[in-house]
Amino acid sequence: MNLSADDFELFGLPRRFALDRGELESRRRALQAEVHPDRFAGADAASKRAAMQSAVRVNEAYARLGDPLRRAAYLCELAGTPVRAEDNTAMPLEFLRQQMAWRESLDDAGSREEVDAVARDVANERRLAYGRLAGALDERRDYGAAVEQVRALMFIERFAADVDDRLVALEG
Amino acid sequence: MALLQISEPGESPDPHARRHAVGIDLGTTHSLVAAVRSGVAECLPDRDGEVILPSAVRYLADGTTRVGRDALAGAVSDPTNTVVSVKRLMGRGLADVSNAGRLAYDFVDAAEGMVRLRTAAGVKSPVEISAEILATLRQRAEDTFDAELHGAVITVPAYFDDAQRQATKDAAELAGLNVLRLISEPTAASIAYGLDNASEGLYAVYDLGGGTFDISLLRMTGGVFEVVATGGDSALGGDDIDSALADWALARAGARAQSAGDRRAAAIAARAVKEALSSDERGVFRCTVAGEEVAQPIKRGELEAIARPFVDRTIAAVRQVVRDAKVDKAAIDGIVLVGGSTRMPLVRRAVGEFFGREPLTNLDPDQVVALGAARQADALAGNAGAGDLLLLDVVPLSLGIETMGGLVERIIDRNSPIPTARAQSFTTFQDGQSAMSIHVVQGERDLVADCRSLARFELRGIPPMVAGAARIEVTFTVDADGLLSVEAREGTSGVEASVTVKPSYGLSDDEITRMLSEGFGHAEEDMAARALREAQVDADRLLAAIGSALAVDGELVSDAERAEIDRASAALRAARVGIDRESIERSLKALSEATESFAAERMNRGIRRALAGRRVEDL
Repeated sequence: MNLSADDFELFGLPRRFALDRGELESRRRALQAEVHPDRFAGADAASKRAAMQSAVRVNEAYARLGDPLRRAAYLCELAGTPVRAEDNTAMPLEFLRQQMAWRESLDDAGSREEVDAVARDVANERRLAYGRLAGALDERRDYGAAVEQVRALMFIERFAADVDDRLVALEG
Repeated sequence: MALLQISEPGESPDPHARRHAVGIDLGTTHSLVAAVRSGVAECLPDRDGEVILPSAVRYLADGTTRVGRDALAGAVSDPTNTVVSVKRLMGRGLADVSNAGRLAYDFVDAAEGMVRLRTAAGVKSPVEISAEILATLRQRAEDTFDAELHGAVITVPAYFDDAQRQATKDAAELAGLNVLRLISEPTAASIAYGLDNASEGLYAVYDLGGGTFDISLLRMTGGVFEVVATGGDSALGGDDIDSALADWALARAGARAQSAGDRRAAAIAARAVKEALSSDERGVFRCTVAGEEVAQPIKRGELEAIARPFVDRTIAAVRQVVRDAKVDKAAIDGIVLVGGSTRMPLVRRAVGEFFGREPLTNLDPDQVVALGAARQADALAGNAGAGDLLLLDVVPLSLGIETMGGLVERIIDRNSPIPTARAQSFTTFQDGQSAMSIHVVQGERDLVADCRSLARFELRGIPPMVAGAARIEVTFTVDADGLLSVEAREGTSGVEASVTVKPSYGLSDDEITRMLSEGFGHAEEDMAARALREAQVDADRLLAAIGSALAVDGELVSDAERAEIDRASAALRAARVGIDRESIERSLKALSEATESFAAERMNRGIRRALAGRRVEDL
């Protein structure tokens, strides 16, 4: 195992969407305990450089594995089916209609209760979409379907963040 | 059985010799130095037995400088030459200092770069002034140990941006300190707290000092201190409450501060009555302004009404950090208070109300940062018994570059663990464009105008191409000190440009050379002698480091590599005994290059060791 391994190999975790968060955290600590630049504070320049590169690599993999959407996109990429979010933005018409309906209900929501209702709706759809994503990746290995769910979830996550901002604005 | 190793006489440092490493809390109102001695971290006192050094520097017309309590004596009578709270000016331009007009100093009028003050001893930058404070603490430590220091860990507010961190590091180097690491103040506090109490779990550290406010959420697991999220305000502290209180008291008493000295006197009086009101219900604000005695009675409730808006700002930052960390308030195991301003009952109450539990106050909020920094310094110096302390910190503010229309493209998000590196590709806007200007900014807002400008540099020599064809890869790297460097490279031609972010608010090389030649305990040496000595020290360190690495992991190198390392080591040893600095530096570089692949192999071994014995599930 070394730094050129993929994120899952680097952390010694199975290449799948389901992830034991506690394992990810404890492995990250164990890896940084070996390679962090603080461990080489008195070492030679070559060791310091190598420690810096290794610690950067561990942090990069940790960030990607720890974020479900990035982890899913990474699995698709490893399987040879990249998401290509930047040049492929076409979405099914029905999905876009639902997005517009959400946007409208958020714009119209004046009270805390109404925003909360939108938030619950989004959280529910988000949970269902992650369930479909896990099924496509871990059970059926259908990467085409997984890519579609990833792209849908990118919309959902962005909208969920906007809902969150509204809730904070109402609090403050 | 392994053969015992015997080093050449005078070549290898005694492995049992303890390296003297200190932690320094360079604070807005006061500074401290601490060290681990006999396994215990303690603040080092001066000759009078005082551990706190007021962060005040006074320049006298006879060319001498006073630091600490001696300097404070001139705060009212000689305000322009007596600098207090210099930390608020670090890495800041004149336009950033919102209350510049109210400060007593004679600012040099410059639109760009860090502020400069005209004093009796000439024009001084905040970096030089801070270096005086650091040099005083270094001297105190060297007197205590009767030995030279191996190095120091300096604390900075978690919310310090890149310019402020770089300025702090420059000041430490100017003061002749080997900077082992810059660490965040709340992180340092959590080390002192966590190690003393063997705490585990998620902790919030609320740090309100004289001039800065930080809030960090940390997870403590064994000896690992992991920052989950951090936030704050690098220009909010007890000073602001003093200033508002002074305005209130003078207005009530119908008095007016006429001079800079009056304003200083009023601020000092405000601080005194504010401190008294932490234990008393009533107090009196007393000072002399414009030759008249002012005595304004004040109740604690009145002070709290004045302080409330500032405390509310801290709570808003706390709320944001809890949100960033995506944790439930109820999941937080404890709240640690740091900084003198947390002695105010209002602050304790507000923090307690927000978290729904009592904050922990069993450590001296003035000393806890220096004590934690001393622990980290001891660990970084490699001293035996320092334990498996490890800090995993984050970037406090997002980093990005300016794109078309004055918008910020974020490259590294706030709260990303450090060290970190990230590359992003950009392209040209016009046909045949041969240069690209790269403007590096820091902050959370979408418009460049609302963020802090860190540096500008240009990538030139891009071969002529149609618009959009060039691939310019910009790489941001943030090291373990939280300092940024930026590189840009054009993909098709390989043209490169890079910058360690420093220019906008940093010091030029000429200025650093001038400052070094002017002193800070090095006046007796000339620059060349100092450079030679530094090269010799570097050579000794490198030889010792490689020696111990080979002793531990020697079997990772092939015979051919080993022969090359031995040859380069011998060459460096030979150069080391001479006085040719360039020859030493060449040999240093050669030896360092010879160990490149050995270093990479050692990291791979570390990674294997980290995962050894852990279950690796079927793929």
